[in-house]
Amino acid sequence: MGKNTETTSNKNRKKKNKPVRVKQMSSDRWFDLINYAILGIVAIIVLYPLYFVLVASVTDPMVVNNGTLLLYPTKWYTKGYQKIFAYRSLWLGYRNSLVYMVLGTAINLAVTIPGAYALSRKDFVGRGLVLKLFAFTMFFSGGLIPSYIINTSLGMQNNLWAMILPGALSVWNLMIARTFFSSTLPEELLDAAHIDGCSDFRFFFRMALPLSKALLAVITLYYAVGHWNGYFHALIYLNKEDMFPLQLVLRNLLIVNQVKSSSMTSDLQNMADKIRLAEQLKYGIIVVSSLPLLIIYPFLQRFFTKGVLVGSIKG
Amino acid sequence: MIGRKTAPGLKPSNKPLWKRMRHSWQLYVLALPAIICIIVFSYAPMYGAIIAFKDYKVNLGILGSPWAGLKYFKQFINLPNFKSLLENTLKISIYSLLWGFPAPILLALMLNQVRSKGYKRFVQTITYAPYFISTVVLVSMLSIFLTPSSGFINKIIQNFGGQAITFMGEPKWFRTVYVASGVWQGAGWGAIIYLAALGGVDPTLYEAAMVDGASKFQRLIHIDFPCILPTIVIMFILNMGSLLNVGYEKAYLMQNSLNIPVSEIISTYVYKIGLINGNFSFSAAVGMFNSVINFVLVISANYISRKLTENSLW
Repeated sequence: MGKNTETTSNKNRKKKNKPVRVKQMSSDRWFDLINYAILGIVAIIVLYPLYFVLVASVTDPMVVNNGTLLLYPTKWYTKGYQKIFAYRSLWLGYRNSLVYMVLGTAINLAVTIPGAYALSRKDFVGRGLVLKLFAFTMFFSGGLIPSYIINTSLGMQNNLWAMILPGALSVWNLMIARTFFSSTLPEELLDAAHIDGCSDFRFFFRMALPLSKALLAVITLYYAVGHWNGYFHALIYLNKEDMFPLQLVLRNLLIVNQVKSSSMTSDLQNMADKIRLAEQLKYGIIVVSSLPLLIIYPFLQRFFTKGVLVGSIKG
Repeated sequence: MIGRKTAPGLKPSNKPLWKRMRHSWQLYVLALPAIICIIVFSYAPMYGAIIAFKDYKVNLGILGSPWAGLKYFKQFINLPNFKSLLENTLKISIYSLLWGFPAPILLALMLNQVRSKGYKRFVQTITYAPYFISTVVLVSMLSIFLTPSSGFINKIIQNFGGQAITFMGEPKWFRTVYVASGVWQGAGWGAIIYLAALGGVDPTLYEAAMVDGASKFQRLIHIDFPCILPTIVIMFILNMGSLLNVGYEKAYLMQNSLNIPVSEIISTYVYKIGLINGNFSFSAAVGMFNSVINFVLVISANYISRKLTENSLW
């Protein structure tokens, strides 16, 4: 690009633009350049480890362990995936996690959203007090042990309810939802509905919910991710292995190495092959367990900023 | 607070209380499940926390167990590793706050300056991704990447002529790894709330500043930052509230026999003493110690903030 073309295009731009528009300063160009560059580097730093795992899961472990920076798969090796697809407890964990996530999120929403709506209403007598009761639990808790004693005394141990009920309500999410309702639903709408004789139930289901799709998307995502990714709750309340959610299976496989690779690689005679496979299994397991969420979230991304209007969560 | 003023005609405030309550009974029904939830899962455990002052025996129950006074609190404070537990907890949370709190703010301010929609969306999509990785996967990725012999981070260090480091085994690296991976995972997601706040900045402010010849950087400092300051303060107070609630899920997974002197924090200790060793009362006392300090921290942060910046949670 010659200098001339650049100046003419600048002139053209100036002519076309409205008078408010001020000429870009050279410092602004530097700012943009540096800003774009830093963000680019940040994106690479964030993305590369994830990309590395993906590539390593289909590459010969010998190449991976050489320590060359992997940019694309060079020597294909997919035995890891074959093993993973045949590994029963992993898929059992997958199934369990799906059940806990779907059922748990449904209950989460059924508890959180109506409660948040009710507490967003100014004609809710006693709202201030009830809100204080909720907010207090955000900053003070009885602690792990008392919760455990209460929950197990209610029969929540080694069953589905133990995985779903104790976390049925996240007060944080309720506060987000409440703020959303009170800042997006115009009061005139409610007034008009009341004059037409619309009940509170009807208004909630027919007006408030359909107008809050962004919120529902975000809250659903928060809860679903929490269910899918949590392990500690299961560690405490479950000790039957066939009830373990995916993350607990993963913990035992990847971190505690309880199962070690032995059970999965026992059919291989050669020790080197075993080690090779064990290495690759880790990458493959990470991919298989993390991929669903990583594929889904970009589709919900447009709701993220809309749904988190927590700017004023104070009550 | 959004509009404390009552809408005319909506609130029949001249009617007696019980009439108003009966009028909105459907609202109570809607709120009931949530109220039951916090009573059973938040307030009942708070009541259960009195076992910290008792010698809790499973067969005697919470009420039936004999009182022990402050025995378990004294026992905790006199513990040989009391100081190191407190120090580890505080250090991890303060470092996390120091690095993890500003990172999303910076990222949001920078993203907000990006004019190309595509590029902005691209960077956002990527930086959100680690939030969807589970703690278990994150920690196992750490241990794979940081292995001295084959982990790619160590390979990079060696390529630059450095010595391979046993990141997961050396106590002095524990906090760095913990905090850095936390920033990696949380900065993008944490930026969302600030991006939302930046989206609400009045555009006329920019126009006025541009007429006055303010550069992009000056606009960022004098318009963007002040406009999201209330959000920053609120988020800071909230963070203070969980200062001692360090992500124990992650710390617990990252623990190994080599780094335990720095990686044992109050919450992982509570878990081990309470649920693994079955020492309920002692562990509940330690947990309560933690909760109370947290609570005091958030109250003071809120108080200071209200005095200094007029922003506060309540």
